[in-house]
Amino acid sequence: MSDLETKPTDSTAAGAQVNPIENKFTERLSHILGDLGKNGIFIALILVVVLFSILTNGILLRPQNISNLIVQNGYILVLAIGMVMVIIAGHIDLSVGSVAAFVGAISGVFAVQWGLPWWLAVVLSLLVGALVGVWQGFWIAFVGIPAFIVTLAGMLIFRGLALVVLGNANIGSFPDEYRALGNGFLTNVFGEYALDPLTLGIAAIAIVALFVQQFRTRAARQSYGQEVEPFGWFITKLVLVTVAIGLFAWALASYKGIPVTLIVLAVLVLVYGIVMNRSTFGRHIYAIGGNLHAAELSGIKTRNVTFWLFVNMGFLAALAGLIFTARLNLAGPKAGDGFELEAISAAFIGGAAVQGGVGRIGGAIIGGLIIGVLNNGMSIMGIGIEWQQAVKGLVLLLAVAFDVYNKRRSGGR
Amino acid sequence: MTDDIQARTNILEMRGITKTFPGVKALQNVTVDVRRGEVHAICGENGAGKSTLMKVLSGVYPFGTYDGDIVFEDEVMEFRDIRDSEAKGIVIIHQELALSPYLSIAENIFLNNEQKGAFGLIDWNKTNHEAAKLLARVGLRENPTTKIMDIGVGKQQLVEIAKALSKRVKLLILDEPTAALNDEDSDHLLNLILHLKEQGITSIIISHKLNEIKKVADSVTIIRDGKTIETIAKNDVTEERIIKDMVGRDLEHRYPDHTPHIGEEVLRVEEWTAHHPQDPSRVMVDAVNLNVRRGEIVGIAGLMGAGRTEFAMSLFGRSYGSKISGRVFIDGKEVKTRTVSEAIEAGLAYATEDRKTYGLNLIDDIKRNISMAALGKLERFGIVDDGKEYQVANEYRKSMNIKAPSVLAKTGKLSGGNQQKVVLSKWIYSDPEVLILDEPTRGIDVGAKYEIYSIINKLAAAGKGIIVISSELPELLGICDRIYALSEGRITGELPIAEASPESLLKLMTMEKPR
Repeated sequence: MSDLETKPTDSTAAGAQVNPIENKFTERLSHILGDLGKNGIFIALILVVVLFSILTNGILLRPQNISNLIVQNGYILVLAIGMVMVIIAGHIDLSVGSVAAFVGAISGVFAVQWGLPWWLAVVLSLLVGALVGVWQGFWIAFVGIPAFIVTLAGMLIFRGLALVVLGNANIGSFPDEYRALGNGFLTNVFGEYALDPLTLGIAAIAIVALFVQQFRTRAARQSYGQEVEPFGWFITKLVLVTVAIGLFAWALASYKGIPVTLIVLAVLVLVYGIVMNRSTFGRHIYAIGGNLHAAELSGIKTRNVTFWLFVNMGFLAALAGLIFTARLNLAGPKAGDGFELEAISAAFIGGAAVQGGVGRIGGAIIGGLIIGVLNNGMSIMGIGIEWQQAVKGLVLLLAVAFDVYNKRRSGGR
Repeated sequence: MTDDIQARTNILEMRGITKTFPGVKALQNVTVDVRRGEVHAICGENGAGKSTLMKVLSGVYPFGTYDGDIVFEDEVMEFRDIRDSEAKGIVIIHQELALSPYLSIAENIFLNNEQKGAFGLIDWNKTNHEAAKLLARVGLRENPTTKIMDIGVGKQQLVEIAKALSKRVKLLILDEPTAALNDEDSDHLLNLILHLKEQGITSIIISHKLNEIKKVADSVTIIRDGKTIETIAKNDVTEERIIKDMVGRDLEHRYPDHTPHIGEEVLRVEEWTAHHPQDPSRVMVDAVNLNVRRGEIVGIAGLMGAGRTEFAMSLFGRSYGSKISGRVFIDGKEVKTRTVSEAIEAGLAYATEDRKTYGLNLIDDIKRNISMAALGKLERFGIVDDGKEYQVANEYRKSMNIKAPSVLAKTGKLSGGNQQKVVLSKWIYSDPEVLILDEPTRGIDVGAKYEIYSIINKLAAAGKGIIVISSELPELLGICDRIYALSEGRITGELPIAEASPESLLKLMTMEKPR
């Protein structure tokens, strides 16, 4: 990727001596190419969407299906956020599927069998997830057992405990408020319309916020003398994103409105995006994954960071378990089967590096969406689950191979 | 084998070897002749080019990447890799032993040269039997099935030699073979080299331990700054002559002027002791006492294995060693340095000798590497101020003259000198009272070295206390105000710069523990 960033800049340097007019043009081009390089994964998502829109005769982009895409993949995306953080730090978590199942079962005990208020059941369940993280984080960070082993054990332990809690039976029918987590929509708050006004309103606010944020960042960078992209390209990108948000909002508004899952996700992406990009904790995660020794010798408390990373993963796995349980309205023994693999795939397709140190929340989300679109598109086309598996595996392999190829070409490690 | 005619012929002639790396001329027209059946020592300071020369000889740097000829047994060699040179009977034993710890002695000896029996399967009886014979030749009394991890470094060294013998070695190259050995093991090894000589095996031994050279070498070639200075025959070898050859360069102009303004004591270390992390019975740092005053540049001189880095890292948040004891005072107040963050808090900074492994996050940019040790100064409520970080990094890029298109460049793509400037920026930004710089100019070309020295001077002028650890004596003599000598983990002496000379320092650095 960095190849795309640097090469055009080199050519502009040469161009500067030859022709100033061409220079301006190549400079713009270099920014566009550089962005394409950085956003290769985003372009891949668009290509997959376009491909399946054609293959499914447009069914993929129907409002109802778009809404479904979010709701069906919400829990994978939640897991992908935590997973990419773990992977950036150079670890892995194989237990998230089992933890999701375990917490789903526990929440059934809280909300159904004990009849606790739904909110208390949710809070307690999330707490149980965090405690699972404390358990695993302790072994990984303080005892020094590789995360692969600890979470492989966790995968068995918590799957087993889930079955113990369920006692060979499904637990079901959950309170409505609980179920909203997986199935609910914010709709008809302002009465019934063909296009839900709340959805459109939120989209409008999101767009305004985006503009304000982007302009402020740009201004701040300029004030610090940092290089910024050409104004034209900056505006073009903003307009493109605005159109995308608008179309997406229109699709949701013409169906049932904003899914509750989407709101949860949006909050998570926002919060964790800030954590990873702007907070010291996030910086420490990147530093640990990039060079553990250097991080340690820079005074970073690497064990603590690792510990809290796994506590966080436990919390997010619990949240994913709740969303999944709410969606099915059932806590069952097969819940969460294979979640860990989808979450790990999402992180790697989204550009995370196997050795750690590299990866982004946004990348993992897009990686998760690519998997989601593949699942959804192939299902619409009537392709069997067996072929879906094979295709997804191939996509994962190719995505990482592309990444490795790119890095080698740019002379990185 | 040692009749007169053969004794006079050269088994190896390296003629006019020149090897350049981007920006550095590592070897310049180096010529070495090694007679058949002799032990030939190659002497020189760290960075003089000894290891590079041996890598050229053994094919690590293949034919075509250097200028000049390697003539071995009257034939010009064109080695493509190390296997080519081994096929001719040239075997190099590196300082870092290349043995697999979980395999047995016999398996290691015959690695990639397996003793095969029927159907091409490994014949274990033959393997162990042959290994036992080789072990007898090197005088190692161990069962061939013992795992490498269960024997000490000295014995591992012997296994390496046994391995070389199994390859029908004609020319054995030993790179600092006794650096990690105790006296007994060293003696045994040196005797073995003499014993092998009787069997007709020629050896090249790289060393800067003068007593050991005097004991085994028939002739000594001294290399300095990538050039051969001279070859001395056994009878003419004196310590004084070797030291003079090793260090006798123009010390002017290589180091910026430095007028010390020395203030109050800023760091005092009392009775600092650390043991080996895996083997707590070995004392690596032995009751070290030292102090540094504000504005003072203090050197620590010591040979490889003297415990320089071990001292610095154990002091810096106990990053090395076990059973660490001793007291640390900053500005007269005792401070705790049990973790790295405590050490930083107390006002210490440690720039490592190995930038790539311990100093930098190579896949991240300059900006984030500089802020890594002091993110606290850039954050509010746990959120890092991006813009300010950029500004800070950019200021360092300019003031330290880090040559990079912007602070967003990845540190992995910078040259050694610029990487070192990033490391220094990181520690300067953490605003320490005392900076410990471990080999601050290792792997850096001459121009950048000068810049690094200037930075060190500026820091001292700003009232910081500086400790410079270096294996290059001229460097210490060129920049320090006072030098401690370290040997076997102990401070064996302390010389103000006016009294320090390479000779006086080397004497202290090689001073052995009374036994």
